[in-house]
Amino acid sequence: MEQVKDTQISENPLPALTVSLSPHVKSRESTAKIMWTVNACLLPPLVLSVFIFGFQTLIITLISVLSCVLTEAVSQKLLHRPITIKDGSAVITGLLLAYVIPPGVPYWMPILGAIFAIYITKHLFGGLGFNIFNPALIGRAFLVATFPVAMTSAWILPIQDFAIFKYMQPGVDAVSTATPLYVLKHYGLAALIEKYGTLSTVYKDFFLGVRPGCIGETSNLLLLLGGAFLIYKRYISWHIPVSTIASVGLLTWIFGGEGYFNGDPILAVLSGGIFLGAIFMATDYVTAPTQKTAQLVFGIGVGAITVLIRLKGGYPEGICYAILLMNTLTPALESWFKPKRFAPAKGIVK
Amino acid sequence: MTASLLTFAKGGVHPPESKEITEHLAIEKMPLPAQVEIPLLQHFGAPCQPLVNKKDRVEEGDLIGQVQGLGANVHASITGTVTNVGTSIGPTSLNIPSVTIDRDTEAPDKIYTPSDWRGLSPQELLQKIKDGGIVGIGGAGFPAHVKLSPPPDAKVDTLVLNGAECEPYLTCDHRVMLEKPEEVVEGAKILLHVLGIKDCYIGVESNKNDAIDALRKTIEQQKLDGVKIQVSPLKVKYPQGSEKQLIESTTGRKVPGGGLPFDVGVIVQNVGTAKAVFDAVVLNKPLYEKVITISGRGISRPANLQVRIGTRIRDIVEYLGGTKADLAKIVMGGPMMGFAVSSLDIPVTKTCSGILFLTRDEIDEQPYGPCIRCGWCVEACPMGLSPNEIGLYVEAGRAADTAPFGVFDCFECGSCAFVCPAKRPLVQFIRLAKQKARK
Repeated sequence: MEQVKDTQISENPLPALTVSLSPHVKSRESTAKIMWTVNACLLPPLVLSVFIFGFQTLIITLISVLSCVLTEAVSQKLLHRPITIKDGSAVITGLLLAYVIPPGVPYWMPILGAIFAIYITKHLFGGLGFNIFNPALIGRAFLVATFPVAMTSAWILPIQDFAIFKYMQPGVDAVSTATPLYVLKHYGLAALIEKYGTLSTVYKDFFLGVRPGCIGETSNLLLLLGGAFLIYKRYISWHIPVSTIASVGLLTWIFGGEGYFNGDPILAVLSGGIFLGAIFMATDYVTAPTQKTAQLVFGIGVGAITVLIRLKGGYPEGICYAILLMNTLTPALESWFKPKRFAPAKGIVK
Repeated sequence: MTASLLTFAKGGVHPPESKEITEHLAIEKMPLPAQVEIPLLQHFGAPCQPLVNKKDRVEEGDLIGQVQGLGANVHASITGTVTNVGTSIGPTSLNIPSVTIDRDTEAPDKIYTPSDWRGLSPQELLQKIKDGGIVGIGGAGFPAHVKLSPPPDAKVDTLVLNGAECEPYLTCDHRVMLEKPEEVVEGAKILLHVLGIKDCYIGVESNKNDAIDALRKTIEQQKLDGVKIQVSPLKVKYPQGSEKQLIESTTGRKVPGGGLPFDVGVIVQNVGTAKAVFDAVVLNKPLYEKVITISGRGISRPANLQVRIGTRIRDIVEYLGGTKADLAKIVMGGPMMGFAVSSLDIPVTKTCSGILFLTRDEIDEQPYGPCIRCGWCVEACPMGLSPNEIGLYVEAGRAADTAPFGVFDCFECGSCAFVCPAKRPLVQFIRLAKQKARK
């Protein structure tokens, strides 16, 4: 004890003390921790996609992630900003971009999508926190506009017997099927059921992910589990996913069948990219509102536009554009729905 | 019990409590230091006029600083000789007028004998509180006699005693309520008599159930003379002890922005202040001694110490066996709203509730990043503000345009900065915003 006293008080007073404004303690959460947790929640659907579509989904995803991270580093270097690739946000964009493209596209395609997503959509708008649109979805929209044939037809059938190396040469025999939504839109429910057996088989296969579709969108079960974990961790709230999924189901039930109130809400939410979009893309902090009420409106808007595009538009799936359109409304929603102030002073309007 | 806990409606956070370090340690009287340095500004208002000169002999409890305008008297905390009338450094200021006293080691402790206050009028009681130099010792330091004299048109009907102690680490109020419940309750009765009202709530966070029990037992045993004193167990949530939040939790009333508690008929005092009122009225002992929490993982021996006002941090550190090697920050007050200090020469004042010695593991020094718009700060803000937007305005050089965002409602509790995953210095941004928006 005497020793401590001598060295630390009398002779050599103190270690260098930090002096800063309160609060002096902070929560253990960090931007990087949130981002890497989201990445972890996105991995199970990738693993499943390898078993459903083959090994090339992993290659496409790796290319997409690496391209995003590299583009982020180069963009930040060019724009003289600190390089923050370790925070995991470019990895999320890379994963999500891969998840919304078909499993049979050529390997160079995600590279172009990644450059557009990260450099133009994210960094030219100011970098993390300032982009108006979800980067991964703009990346997809860019690819759909530029390579419409590949992006709307490079589907492959779920493979049998775990022959996961079957389609290692993408673009060759990939154009082998159509997505359920395409079948549904152009040939009707009867054709779809005929293709998959009974309606309950359709539900089961679609819930588990054994159906043609984009790389990461099919396995609804795993997406749901990932979302549940993020809600449990309070990294996202239930408002956007629930309002999006519910409004897609409800509106499809009302308008999606012969006459009114005759559509199939379960099929509607299990097909296409509803779960992936509602849980992992519409909830993007940067491009969605922060207020809970605004989030509900945002989710309902996403659901409504999705159903509108599906039923009346030129594309079989609409959630990508639905989210992008609602992204443009986020600033307005933020100013329409302000948090309730604690007994504000009289005379102050806002 | 859990079902009936009271709390405020909007926002709030749950920082790690870290109270386990000191909550079981009984109040310990620190031996008198050889020298004290007593600032003449330990309150909200103007500095006191020094009444002593160099080489004067003073007795413990002697008036050494006379209140001028808004303020509270300052008293000698030890018996001895005045060696300097100069300036001291404080946590937020470098030149505070102060009086330095060297202790007379031969002088005996001053003995106080209780007297009955029941024959005294509210005016006489108020005078005793003023004479005793009582201020709100929870942190704000507002002179108690001023707070206890609301304007005649304010219809005050409720006294709220703040025993929430929502700041992490601090346990001094806890120990005072647990060890001296009679004095706290007696202080409450005096305050009620001064205000001429009958209702008092003592708000205590439910992580201090032993203190709640002690207060309830005392209230049951005492003659209450027609007044009603109740303990309100509060949910453990920061900032439960903030004046506006505490009033909402205990009475359901909301103080409007720019308003004061008496606008909704409430006066709030800290439980420690109630005890100081007891001392000043019953013992005729001015406020020159208080219980503070010395905690954090960077001090050899944490404690709840009863110290004389003017005791330097250095003396306390020495008494408690020194600091540890990984000490990184010294904070006067709680970790959420206290002030980081860079010197051990700062003396303890009436408003100091604790001194924290925090190690590198306990503080957060990560650099901050851009706002990712997670909205956690919006959810955490007890005043319903949007700290994220204010921060962006400040960064964009538009701090002066932030008044419509309600920056003046912000009382800098730090909840937003605590939860921010990007580690943004939101309180700092808002302080700047207030400064620029005021013009």
